[in-house]
Amino acid sequence: MEKFTTHTGVGVPLRRSNVDTDQIIPAVYLKRVTRTGFEDALFAAWRGDPSFVLNQEAYSAGSVLVAGPDFGTGSSREHAVWALKDYGFRVVLSSRFADIFRGNSGKQGLLAGVVAQEDIEILWKVLETRPGTEVTVDLEARTATADDVTVPFQIDDYTRWRLMEGLDDIGLTLQHADDIAAFEETRASWRPKTLPAKHWPTETVEPARAVG
Amino acid sequence: MAGTLAEKVWEAHLVRRGTGGEPDLLYIDLHLVHEVTSPQAFEGLRLAGRPVRRPDLTIATEDHNTPTLDIDRPIADETSRTQIDTLRANAREFGIRLHSLGDADQGIVHQVGPQLGLTMPGLTVVCGDSHTSTHGAFGGLAFGIGTSEVEHVLATQTLPLQPFKTMAITVNGALPPGTTSKDIILAVIAKIGTGGGQGYVLEYRGEAIRKLSMEARMTICNMSIEAGARAGMIAPDETTFEYLKGRPHAPEGADWDAAVEYWKTLRSDDDAEFDAEVVLEAADLEPFVTWGTNPGQGLPISASVPVPADIADESERVAAERSLEYMGLEPGTPLRDVKVDTVFIGSCTNGRIEDLRSVAKVVQGRRKADDVRVLVVPASARVRLQAEAEGLDVIFKDFGAEWRNAGCSMCLGMNPDQLAPGERSASTSNRNFEGRQGKGGRTHLVSPLVAAATAIRGTLSSVADLDLAEDVDLTTFDGSPLDGVGAPPITETVVDLPMPVPAGAR
Ligand code: SF4
Repeated sequence: MEKFTTHTGVGVPLRRSNVDTDQIIPAVYLKRVTRTGFEDALFAAWRGDPSFVLNQEAYSAGSVLVAGPDFGTGSSREHAVWALKDYGFRVVLSSRFADIFRGNSGKQGLLAGVVAQEDIEILWKVLETRPGTEVTVDLEARTATADDVTVPFQIDDYTRWRLMEGLDDIGLTLQHADDIAAFEETRASWRPKTLPAKHWPTETVEPARAVG
Repeated sequence: MAGTLAEKVWEAHLVRRGTGGEPDLLYIDLHLVHEVTSPQAFEGLRLAGRPVRRPDLTIATEDHNTPTLDIDRPIADETSRTQIDTLRANAREFGIRLHSLGDADQGIVHQVGPQLGLTMPGLTVVCGDSHTSTHGAFGGLAFGIGTSEVEHVLATQTLPLQPFKTMAITVNGALPPGTTSKDIILAVIAKIGTGGGQGYVLEYRGEAIRKLSMEARMTICNMSIEAGARAGMIAPDETTFEYLKGRPHAPEGADWDAAVEYWKTLRSDDDAEFDAEVVLEAADLEPFVTWGTNPGQGLPISASVPVPADIADESERVAAERSLEYMGLEPGTPLRDVKVDTVFIGSCTNGRIEDLRSVAKVVQGRRKADDVRVLVVPASARVRLQAEAEGLDVIFKDFGAEWRNAGCSMCLGMNPDQLAPGERSASTSNRNFEGRQGKGGRTHLVSPLVAAATAIRGTLSSVADLDLAEDVDLTTFDGSPLDGVGAPPITETVVDLPMPVPAGAR
């Protein structure tokens, strides 16, 4: 994972609240089995609308998304983060994120910064008055700067450290493999195991057919 | 120290306590896998050369993409087929137990865990699906995770987690006839909002909850995520033990006794402190339906479509306007006048045997409204077999409904079961987001009873709108286990992968 210290890129004002993951990437795109190439799927339902912000030239190369509250609600699909990243976004700012989305972001190196709603409004104003304005996001200082406006954002210490170090989660955990093995020794025998498989006798499931 | 149920389960799974902002490392008892959120996780393992640490704590099923018709023929949609083939290949490569299409234990992942007796009290359960909260109905900590966390659990059987806050949701009294646990949860979400549970684990308690069957409890916990919560849970009791006993993977003999003894300790202490509390009176509840495009936009069925101009809060007003435009609804229209095109009965929220039984009770001996399409999709193949053993399929077919094979189906429209643009559904599923059931589709979330009444009348309706015979008892549900299907003895087999698929399905 790439280390994140500061990032400067075009800010995109997304004046919508409650942007759920179905809107970030509709379910039809979840069928892919690869990890990349989701850029065309981002906000797919809105991309056909010429007035949509990413369809305006000044914003189309954006990499800092400034969104309304409750961003990333709904399904836990991580594809939402991949789509944002594949499109080129490195940072999303909002006054409130859904927990799962925020967790997924941290793990994939997408910075999800929590900014007070009144500061979001200020950023929107700057980005809308001067389309194409670049935003500088400083993770060390936890600030976002657009022109002469600098606003603070919040991110928990651990995620910040991880982003700055570019550390992969699994590698971190496997440093504690001994603790995991020790814990496994203490597990009660009633706790379920999927193997060997137990089930009721197998029966034939009749295929349903279209009626009429 | 006094603790909540959630805290007790958390403590019991602590592999390592985090320091300095580092999260705690928690052990995961059960990992459920399906075809949509797993391919990239397995790809990640392969790239890093890592094995699955505990295949014996992992189980996979095919549900999101699976067709509900002609399951013995090749899947027509190429991408759906690719995902399913990828899961089959990954299960084989990594030694994961898989219940494939055509197998009697195939079905929606959140039905498969409980029905096999794998979901138990006091467990940590995860799955790459937000409705994993369903399993909390048994008194465990169960939550949805993203694909990179799926990979993390596959590789380490643990997850680094930041502590949650806890919220008690107390539902006093008894539900009035014609209302169900679906109405409780829709009312809760309407009350606290789609972000109201954010950062919390919700614990449902109170008399109304205690009286619910396991199926009904699962419906409530299932939709916790729609209030933004990480998980929902209900302390285990006799209802829970009764449901579990005798299921294929339920503990036996001394293990059962030890387990029950422990499970009985799994309740929030009387003096435990919650970070927040919400209280509801069940007696006040009516059947709820949603009118908008998020599950918090719900109202009692006797109400009318809201008038945005009357909403004081600006962002709520704008949201309501946008929702109504999408939904094609006139402000002020009585909800009962809203005509639907499709009724969908199914999903991990309300596709269980009890749901099908309650729908059957209402529609028995009737015909659906002429221009309404009615789809009944059981949550799992076992549920389907059980329903057929009880003759419910005949009732549905006589009613004019389509009786399908198991899967997620129209809950999210990844398979051919979709709404056409502008089409309106009454759906027993859990999400009414724009385009959720098909591009341009309009969804009203409802309980199975409301779905049944709506299918009969063609407009959003409750059972009170029907002249139901006096003796149809809609207040009690029989949550008896699925043991009617192919009675025990339970077979124990060393799993041979892949699981059997009917001839012709390959
Ligand atoms: S039925 Fe719907 S909500 Fe449940 S797992 Fe399937 S797609 Fe998700």
